[in-house]
Amino acid sequence: MNLPPPIHALEKKHLLSISDLSVPEIEGIFQTAESFLDLSSRSVRKVPSLRGRIIVNLFYEASTRTRTSFEIAGKRLSADVINITTTQSSVVKGESLLDTVRTIEALGADGIVIRHSSSGVPQWISSQVNCHVINAGDGLREHPTQALLDLFTIQKRKKRLSGLTVAIVGDVLHSRVARSNIAAMQMMGMKVRVVGPPTLIPREAKQWGIDVFHSLRDGLEQVDVIMLLRLQLERQASGFIPSIEEYSRLFGLSPEKLSWAAPDAIVLHPGPVNRGIEIQGEEMFSERSAVLDQVHHGVAVRMAILYLLMAGGRPEEENRAPA
Amino acid sequence: MHQREQRGSFLLRNVRMFDPVQKVDQTGDILVMDGRVRAFGVVEELPPSVPVIEGNRGLLVPGFVDVHAHFREPGFEYKETIETGSRAAVSGGFTSVCVMANTNPVNDHPGVTREMIRKANEVGLCRIFPIGAVSIGLKGETLSEMVSLSEAGCVAFSDDGLPVRTAKLMRRALEYSIMTGLPVIDHCEDRDLSDGGVMNEGWVSTTLGLKGIPNASEDVVIARDIEVLRLTGGHLHIAHLSTEGGVRLVRQAKKDGLPVTAETCPHYFSLTDECVRHHHTNAKMNPPLRQEADRKAVIEGLADGTIDMIATDHAPHASHEKEREFDQAPFGIIGLETAFSLGYGLVERGDLSLERLICLMSNNPAHHFSLPVGEIRVGGLADFALLDLSRRQTVQNDFFRSKSRNSPFLGSVIGGEVQKTFMDGRLVFDRMQDKEVER
Repeated sequence: MNLPPPIHALEKKHLLSISDLSVPEIEGIFQTAESFLDLSSRSVRKVPSLRGRIIVNLFYEASTRTRTSFEIAGKRLSADVINITTTQSSVVKGESLLDTVRTIEALGADGIVIRHSSSGVPQWISSQVNCHVINAGDGLREHPTQALLDLFTIQKRKKRLSGLTVAIVGDVLHSRVARSNIAAMQMMGMKVRVVGPPTLIPREAKQWGIDVFHSLRDGLEQVDVIMLLRLQLERQASGFIPSIEEYSRLFGLSPEKLSWAAPDAIVLHPGPVNRGIEIQGEEMFSERSAVLDQVHHGVAVRMAILYLLMAGGRPEEENRAPA
Repeated sequence: MHQREQRGSFLLRNVRMFDPVQKVDQTGDILVMDGRVRAFGVVEELPPSVPVIEGNRGLLVPGFVDVHAHFREPGFEYKETIETGSRAAVSGGFTSVCVMANTNPVNDHPGVTREMIRKANEVGLCRIFPIGAVSIGLKGETLSEMVSLSEAGCVAFSDDGLPVRTAKLMRRALEYSIMTGLPVIDHCEDRDLSDGGVMNEGWVSTTLGLKGIPNASEDVVIARDIEVLRLTGGHLHIAHLSTEGGVRLVRQAKKDGLPVTAETCPHYFSLTDECVRHHHTNAKMNPPLRQEADRKAVIEGLADGTIDMIATDHAPHASHEKEREFDQAPFGIIGLETAFSLGYGLVERGDLSLERLICLMSNNPAHHFSLPVGEIRVGGLADFALLDLSRRQTVQNDFFRSKSRNSPFLGSVIGGEVQKTFMDGRLVFDRMQDKEVER
């Protein structure tokens, strides 16, 4: 299989935020991801594009799917992938983030995939190191690769993005997934609404140019895509909602509530799902759920991002997408 | 202890002496003998052996008075000491600085107060007036011994860094402080409402994904304190006013005749929360940089007399503390070196008169805190700043004398420069020599 070279290599060093990208760049990522998607169905699932490159997954927050997804993506590109999580590093000895990052760079890392609970950390460290920095989620701010894989999934299902209406449901206030998705969806011509209790929607949300709903029934009317957000269970303890039960009754998606949306509406969730809270009876609408597609596409989209950011400047034959 | 020469004498020639309260605005010479003004205007007498200093037609104003600074000593000398803080002060034209009580140990005991004053005298660059804690250990529980602190030299009381924790404690503090005649200063913040916020709550915090501190967090405690003051009397002083609502509340309280005064800081009339996007943790302080409507309201409050004085909230932090994750970094910026120029920016833009600015930085803080400084009059203490309003400079690292560099104004071009600073009749800072004068 021969692929045309990607139309848009990413002429940038880092992926920190959706707003770093242009529409053609996002389309270029999707095109490249599409080519990588076939890889998982082949007997040899690797390409040599990043052979000899070192990618460090530096995760200061618990994560299973994002870290594993990045790890598989790096390995399929033949990079050496090293995982550092806070519990097994010198971080527990009190090393500062800046020292940790500089040490990792000095050890020879070509790229750092970072997740951190403090907003703005990827932007900050990208100004402090020379290697590539890829944001795998920072605080409440951004999760750009999640947004890209979400959009890729929507595009695969709906065959288009522009003109679709999406409802993002749940804890928008604390969601980096929502922030990145709102930005990316608007760039791609989608109409975005958010649905949730006023305590979990930023007071300024309308400044994003989106519609705000506090009723799930109103919020789902006519939507093509429902994106459910994970409800962190500690939100109840900190007083944002009176009870998980009431939240679930008002904003959890069930087969019946799904019927309020457009008849062919699809359902996304960035995972991990709180079964029975954000979604009840998913088995009843499994054909409408794209949750596992998201996971599957995540690897291809992250491969595309690593490839487009890091494979540049390599010899021509190595620099090619899977052949 | 090395005892410095306490009171100096000099003849300063060719300056424009400017004191809006004493209604002084004249060009001429000023003679200082033993730390006090002997004569000014046309000075005929020149006692032998009195040094003559050329003023180059600079503007001579009463030395600035900062009622809100953190000099970190004792306990946090790696951030600042009384000596480095004093150097920062005099290079910014400040000759009197009130230092906050959140040291370690906390200044909740006369022994700590006396040690601060002893150290300040030893340094001998500017006058240091300690502020005592409202509550023991800043814990918000037990009142400190206000009368003893006052006798030891404290000029006000504050739990700054933290708000006075409860309305009940504020009531007791205002009542008890009546015996001292000193102000009770509050850092007005409902910390429950702030809920771990790290910057102003608004559009910028929403887009940056940073937890916000709403204006209401400040306003509700200002309202609380004002209502308690209505009950008790005493002297309430609102620290670092930053919100439109706060300005409105203080304006109304003054209209009601309540004994309340208020300060704001240069960053609240110079910057907004947009600054957080670019300046990272050097734009992090508490209260946080607010929005444009707040900035404008603060300027209005300065102009119409609602806000009585400009303080710096000079809060040094070491680079290893500030160079980290935004939400993990400590609140606070330094401010002594840049305060006058930022205030002068308001004069240049037509928001304030020069008279009003000097009142806000010298006369008013001295008056409201009953400090024996802040004026140019015969017989008065010879604390002055000599300014060149025509100079502009770029703020660079070497502009600062503080031990720390946590300023959002690094890289900014600011106007109006402090040329010389005199305290107690001694030249304590001279920019011409680009170093502090031998003491």
